[in-house]
Amino acid sequence: MASGVKPRVKVPKKASAGETITIKTLISHKMESGQRKDDDGNVIPRSIINRFTADFNGQNVIDVTLEPAISTNPYFQFEAVVPESGEFKFTWYDDDGSTYEEVKKIAVS
Amino acid sequence: MELTRRKILAIGTGTFAFAGVMGLPAFASLTDDAIAEMTGGAEMGEGAITLTAPEIAENGNTVPISVDAPGAVAITLFADGNPVPAVATFKFGPLSASRSASTRIRLAKTQNVVAVAQMEDGSFQHASANVKVTIGGCGG
Repeated sequence: MASGVKPRVKVPKKASAGETITIKTLISHKMESGQRKDDDGNVIPRSIINRFTADFNGQNVIDVTLEPAISTNPYFQFEAVVPESGEFKFTWYDDDGSTYEEVKKIAVS
Repeated sequence: MELTRRKILAIGTGTFAFAGVMGLPAFASLTDDAIAEMTGGAEMGEGAITLTAPEIAENGNTVPISVDAPGAVAITLFADGNPVPAVATFKFGPLSASRSASTRIRLAKTQNVVAVAQMEDGSFQHASANVKVTIGGCGG
């Protein structure tokens, strides 16, 4: 597992049913592209997050495939509709096989 | 390299042999190849997709990009001047409110960023934006 990986997600705490909400996600990750070389001229192996998904109560909101051209600390902003109260589950998939998860609850009135 | 008649002939023969084997247009860029692979060579429309990118990016390591295509099921971003043209693919699920997303990408040099959206009816839409990059983002 890459060190110092910390997801940060911004989801409103409350919303009305059927409202469109904006979600911002960021995860601290080096996103080593596999193009860079170290001081000795050896290629630094690729190590990135290759997939990101956001689900609400088991239903998919967005599914992103990431390539090395995504910047360090991958950031995404997107919009979702919330039909009822529940929780968002965000999952990041690392090249090394580990996954990082973050859960955010939202109350719908 | 100075091109003599003999060298041109050698290059030409090699290229045609390669094209014959691969069955692909020999001089198309990597991005065009990647797009053709995605669309299956289908005609692409314009207008139903908006790609927002800065005109000048001072730092190619993090260039803010947003894309919006109402009615799209998936949007793929390409950067034609990067070592690997593919950037990201967004697939929208049933609870996605708008077919839009923003992210930050790396650009190696001044180049075109291309967005291709696959619409609900199976057609494709594309948009591109030229971004001038002052400092490249590949750390080469």
